[in-house]
Amino acid sequence: MVSLLSDVAIIGVGWYGFSPVTLEASFREMAFEAAVSAYEDAGDLDPRKDIDAFVTCEEDYWAGISITDEFMPDQLGGVLKPVYTVAGDGLQGIASAYMKIKTGLFDTVVVEAHSKASDILTFHEIMNFGFDPLYTSHIDAHPYYLAGLEANYYMLTSGVGREHLAMIVEKNKRNAITNPLASYGSKLSVDEILEAKYVVYPLSVMDIAPLIDVAIVFVLATKDKAKKLSDNPIWIEGVGWATETNYIETRNFGEALYARIAADMAYRLAGIEDPKKQIDLAEIDDKFSYKELMHVEALKLSNRYSSHLDLERGEFNRNGPLPVNPGGGFIGIGHGLEAGGLIKLLEATLQLRGEAVGRQVKGVKRCVVQSWRDIPTATGAVVVLSNEEV
Amino acid sequence: MDEKVRLKGTPIKRFDETITVERSSTAKYAWTAGQAISRFLVELKKGKLIGRRCNKCRRILIPPRMYCESCFRATDEWIYVEPIGTVNTAVVSYITTTREKLEKPLIIAVIEIEGTGGSGLFHYLEGVNPEDVINRKVFGMRVKAVWKPEAEREGSINDIKYFVPITGGEEK
Amino acid sequence: MKMNINLKNRVAIVGAGLTLFRRRLKETPKELAWAAAKMALESAGLELSDVDAVVIGTAPDAFDGIHMKGEYLADGSGGTGKPVMRVYVGGGTGVFTPIAGWWHVASGLFDVVLAVAEEKMSPAMPHPQSVFAHIWDPIIERPIGPNLIWIFALEMHRYMYKYNIKKEDIARVSVKNKRNALDHPAAQLGAKITVEDVLNSEMLVYPVQRLDISPVSDGAAAVVMVSEHIARRITDSPVWVEGVGWSLDTVHWTGRDLAYPKYVECAARMAYKMAGITNPAREIDVAEVYDPFDYKELHHMEGLMLARKGEAPILTREGITERDGDLPINPSGGLLGVGNPIAAAGMMKVTEIYWQLRGEAGKRQVKKPVYTGLAQAWGDLMQVGTVIVLRAG
Ligand SMILES: [Zn+2]
Repeated sequence: MVSLLSDVAIIGVGWYGFSPVTLEASFREMAFEAAVSAYEDAGDLDPRKDIDAFVTCEEDYWAGISITDEFMPDQLGGVLKPVYTVAGDGLQGIASAYMKIKTGLFDTVVVEAHSKASDILTFHEIMNFGFDPLYTSHIDAHPYYLAGLEANYYMLTSGVGREHLAMIVEKNKRNAITNPLASYGSKLSVDEILEAKYVVYPLSVMDIAPLIDVAIVFVLATKDKAKKLSDNPIWIEGVGWATETNYIETRNFGEALYARIAADMAYRLAGIEDPKKQIDLAEIDDKFSYKELMHVEALKLSNRYSSHLDLERGEFNRNGPLPVNPGGGFIGIGHGLEAGGLIKLLEATLQLRGEAVGRQVKGVKRCVVQSWRDIPTATGAVVVLSNEEV
Repeated sequence: MDEKVRLKGTPIKRFDETITVERSSTAKYAWTAGQAISRFLVELKKGKLIGRRCNKCRRILIPPRMYCESCFRATDEWIYVEPIGTVNTAVVSYITTTREKLEKPLIIAVIEIEGTGGSGLFHYLEGVNPEDVINRKVFGMRVKAVWKPEAEREGSINDIKYFVPITGGEEK
Repeated sequence: MKMNINLKNRVAIVGAGLTLFRRRLKETPKELAWAAAKMALESAGLELSDVDAVVIGTAPDAFDGIHMKGEYLADGSGGTGKPVMRVYVGGGTGVFTPIAGWWHVASGLFDVVLAVAEEKMSPAMPHPQSVFAHIWDPIIERPIGPNLIWIFALEMHRYMYKYNIKKEDIARVSVKNKRNALDHPAAQLGAKITVEDVLNSEMLVYPVQRLDISPVSDGAAAVVMVSEHIARRITDSPVWVEGVGWSLDTVHWTGRDLAYPKYVECAARMAYKMAGITNPAREIDVAEVYDPFDYKELHHMEGLMLARKGEAPILTREGITERDGDLPINPSGGLLGVGNPIAAAGMMKVTEIYWQLRGEAGKRQVKKPVYTGLAQAWGDLMQVGTVIVLRAG
């Protein structure tokens, strides 16, 4: 694999929503508003002339439309242009756009993802429909049983206690209070968090990130275009993504292998040898509280089975040596289906631009962003970003 | 790969020749209609057809959108249009949605709404014979919407029952 | 778009695999994907451990009855523990999957990529048609109760009206493709039929009759795509990916020109520009054109600029598109003859061009020498064109 750093940059971002419900707009109208903001942010681009390709990230069953790709070109300015869907998380969409720019054929590529989770009346039933129809669909339980199984195994082998999960929740909800984009910020003590009702032991309602509606649009460009169009390009130094296995019985419950493989790839492209030293800020998938700890280890930001000790020491606090989810994470902001990865990428981009109102961390130069595709998958992606051209 | 290669795969004739596991999804949604379609449905209930005009390309978009996909800009204003148009294309369906035989065939058409600059609606066409479709007499024919009685309208595309030809002397 | 000036890496197809296409296959979707992927790898002389990344193409989740079908298929497609990505443009997915495979390699990120397409339509109950009910706008179109065949019939009839095309000229496509399919080992519906058979078959939605339509199928297909230095090492006859293109039109199909597939033209122009093709009708030696309906082969030939508008039926009537003609179209037998497991069917077209360009198509091999070939698919709500141009090495 060959790669040059600073080949691909983020030159524009736009969003709409960040709210538990958005009754005023359809998903197409939300995406239009996000796209208009992103193109303006990218230096007043006209997508009918200035954009070479468009990626949208979505799944049919989240939309309730078969072939939901059909409904995407109009509101992005992509009619009769190269538009397609990645049936995956927004960071996989970013990786897809990154590859296209690396071919030399494309100068500017747009990535969109959205969540209209409030339109879905049977979210967990649909999630259950993602389990293998022959091997695992006989288990007639709330799909979060899989998270419970994994959390229990991980906690048993790592020495993580329920109080550590509560500390993650405490940190992320507290970080969210000052983030204007966050819907679920609050100041709660670890003891208060531990009193919440269980959904699937050892996970309570507090340990599970709630859903929001959101549409996010990113504009990516080559170095040449970025320098022409943008005052504050953010460089994508590495991307990685991986699927461990769809067979849940054979997964390694002790570590998030998909995140490890994805991170190894992204670090290799970004030339990162010592992530703990070279990363200033991490946006880590916390759809479940325990996942933040597992993912931090998979990304080599803590040693295996010791992330909870780093957490105890406050290392992941906003003012700590390695802030993790300083904007509140999914637990504090809410998570947005396939837009999840882009929520995290947006946080990191704003931090690197110094525009993270209310939650800015000082002196951030390089961020790692990671996402996981939720139950029942073992798929995730990682992106490394920097505000310094190399 | 020539014609003699033996490919993998085990054909079966009927489901009962093999073991199957039944599973159905209970996927339910309440789709947010949004700014444009909400107003469209409200107006349909009143027996009116409304679109959004883009002042740049001067088209009237039906069904309405808050954005013009061609110019990529917000559309400018609401505008009522007469539910009158010409038949762009039409077909005769002898089967239902799930492929059962229909006793009385249905005629379905794309109708270009007059004065919109190309917006079309997809709906039923009544008052013409299947033969007129097959010999393409209906192509280019002027048609108008027939509404459900006011009490039966519910804010749906089906508040228009169907389109029928405008006969001579009926012009307004 | 700047084209072809900065392209850094060439990409070759070096292996291809297929399963049988049938109305119902006993194998699970994973097993079908595995069979096609394994055949593709073996034909390339490679092992799964050589594969750096996997691209999956499969159309609506509702057919197989699995949410996040790409995740489900990852294992069977050889993706365990690897970067796996599923791409999706409805019916255009089969040709789009190797297009995505192309940029995985052309980006310089990967050397060996497995592109796998699978579709199992038979599990959907009561009929796969019921799945298509969900492709429409849920608020404006679904309440009308549309049948998928309606929109194709509407398009076909507009095409016939605009260019004054007779049904028997369209039926010739079905006759040709089903006959070609007799020589394809995956084929579900290879047959010797006549124009009269098509015209006398069950009338579904005038002008569409039963023999105008490709069948519902199960099946899988796969190709192995590699960087130039790997290709040079493992084969003397790589097939190069010279052009890729795709284009998605507005979802508001009722406002489009239904007589001409502009989206296919846009996709083709992109691919031709990249491949340096200026006169496609002369420079393309053989083409696999998307033919889920017989009129679509004609419609798409025109969009691909292989025929002038309204003239594809004439080329067909004159035998030019036969295997021994000047411009052979769908020598495989196409979707009408080989079958239509959606994404797999599109990729079957790519495998056919691959075998044609290597001279390995046996009785299906077209008569004239072939150097440049094209595969094309179409999908979403009659709005996407996907095009790949391949050249013999
Ligand atoms: Zn306009």
